[in-house]
Amino acid sequence: MLYAILCYASEDVVCSWSKEQDEEVMTKLLGVQEKYAKAGRLGPVARLLPTTAATTLRKVKGESIVIDGPFAETKEQFLGFYTLECNDLDEAVDFARELSEVNPSGGSYEIRPVSVFNPTRVSA
Amino acid sequence: MTELGWISTAISTARPQAMGALLRYFRDLDAAEEAFQDACLRALNNWPKNGPPRDPAAWLIFVGRNSGIDAVRKRAKQAPLPEEDQISDLEDAETDIAERLDGAHYRDDILRLLFICCHPDLPATQQIAVALRIVSGLTVKQIARAFLVGESAMEQRITRAKARIADAGVPFETPGAVERSERLAAVAAMVYLIFNEGYSTNSGEAPARAPLCEEAIRLARLLLRLFQTEPEIMGLTALLLLQHARAPARFDENGEIVLLEDQDRGLWSRKMIDEGLALVDKALRHQKPGPYQVQAAIAALHARAAKPEDTDWTEIDLLYSLLEQMQPSPVVTLNRAVAVAKVRGPEAALAMIEPLEQRLSGYFHFFGLKGGLLMQLGRGEEARTAFDRAIALANTAAEAAHIRMHIDRLMKEGAAQGASRKAH
Repeated sequence: MLYAILCYASEDVVCSWSKEQDEEVMTKLLGVQEKYAKAGRLGPVARLLPTTAATTLRKVKGESIVIDGPFAETKEQFLGFYTLECNDLDEAVDFARELSEVNPSGGSYEIRPVSVFNPTRVSA
Repeated sequence: MTELGWISTAISTARPQAMGALLRYFRDLDAAEEAFQDACLRALNNWPKNGPPRDPAAWLIFVGRNSGIDAVRKRAKQAPLPEEDQISDLEDAETDIAERLDGAHYRDDILRLLFICCHPDLPATQQIAVALRIVSGLTVKQIARAFLVGESAMEQRITRAKARIADAGVPFETPGAVERSERLAAVAAMVYLIFNEGYSTNSGEAPARAPLCEEAIRLARLLLRLFQTEPEIMGLTALLLLQHARAPARFDENGEIVLLEDQDRGLWSRKMIDEGLALVDKALRHQKPGPYQVQAAIAALHARAAKPEDTDWTEIDLLYSLLEQMQPSPVVTLNRAVAVAKVRGPEAALAMIEPLEQRLSGYFHFFGLKGGLLMQLGRGEEARTAFDRAIALANTAAEAAHIRMHIDRLMKEGAAQGASRKAH
């Protein structure tokens, strides 16, 4: 089963990290991913720009309206995700726990089984 | 990150909101600062023991408010107490306060906190210093280092500025739409000043002043989160990000300034550029152009050029002409002339800047550009006169040497171009 691990944390806090703090956390998070990547289980991973860069398209009375900002104003924001092939939920929880241990942001990881997966290649 | 590191990040993140709310509550800057300080001390003591609160800002506001009330009570027993002074259950109260901190309120709180620092009687440097102290929570020592002055001089400057602010009184009423947008414009200008204070730096000073740029970006992002649909705030944030993205390439190993066209573009921060470009895109959709958006769009064109020769100077010329209409200034025209020289040649650029000579007679960039253009036209003698003026206007010997080095190169390039021009 393919799982999506969705990261939520306060963007205020994460954006306040110094460059050094940010790099330290990212290095540790990469370290956690390494063994999963080597085992061929890690799918696409993304870190998103702050929600201030977000735009939301919403249908109001049948009409699509483009609004500045994220889908919802929340205390914690959706900051990125991982995809991981797991035999069971326990494995997905273990992965999320390893991530959270090296992440000082104090946020949450939502573990969601993937229903449709279409890994289109884009050149970034 | 250590636990203490985490706590201090959480506190500085919560600071603008907590200080803004405490200021609304106590209507006095010193009282708000004292209350916040006290709440921070308690946080340092409490959070490691009990774990960090879910909403650090609400916690600090609640604890700060109570300690402030205590202080007021001790100082003057007869003073009337604000209501709700007896809240025993911290947990409930925290939720209660968090709920009452609805978006609009907290938006105006933070805006007010920033706005009182922009008092028109205060010179720009004092506005910046006091904002860094009150809003960002930088220590006097940190601010003094960034401004390259002694600590006691900075302490005095901040104290004087705060006294002026206190005399002026804090505007407590919730602002109307027009007033809110005026405040936002004043605050945006101040954030830009903070950035420029860190950005326009001489060789060797960059590392000490970089925190000013980072703080300005943090404040711009904060403003944008509060006013998500303001294209000018998108433009401001984008402008700062796009300019700061070049920071790693702006100085060579000797701490000397590297000009834009000589910078190693591989050193530019891709992440900041991406965020900046995304914000420019978002802003332009509104079709409500303003000076920050135009400047951000110009910075975006530089950021998009993988090599200096890929730069879209035609578009930059166009954007500067738009900026000239919005914000007429000889310096803007001077910048435009650089683009004009690339697009229409040195003669057109020279014609554009010559009328500015009187107003820019103290500005060494003017004479540097004029000399460069004259060189390209093969008018070596006049060029030398202009370059001599530029050198005479340098502030330090190091700056003069730096200008001289660039002039030497311009002379070589110009001589070559002038020669080929004559040969045609």
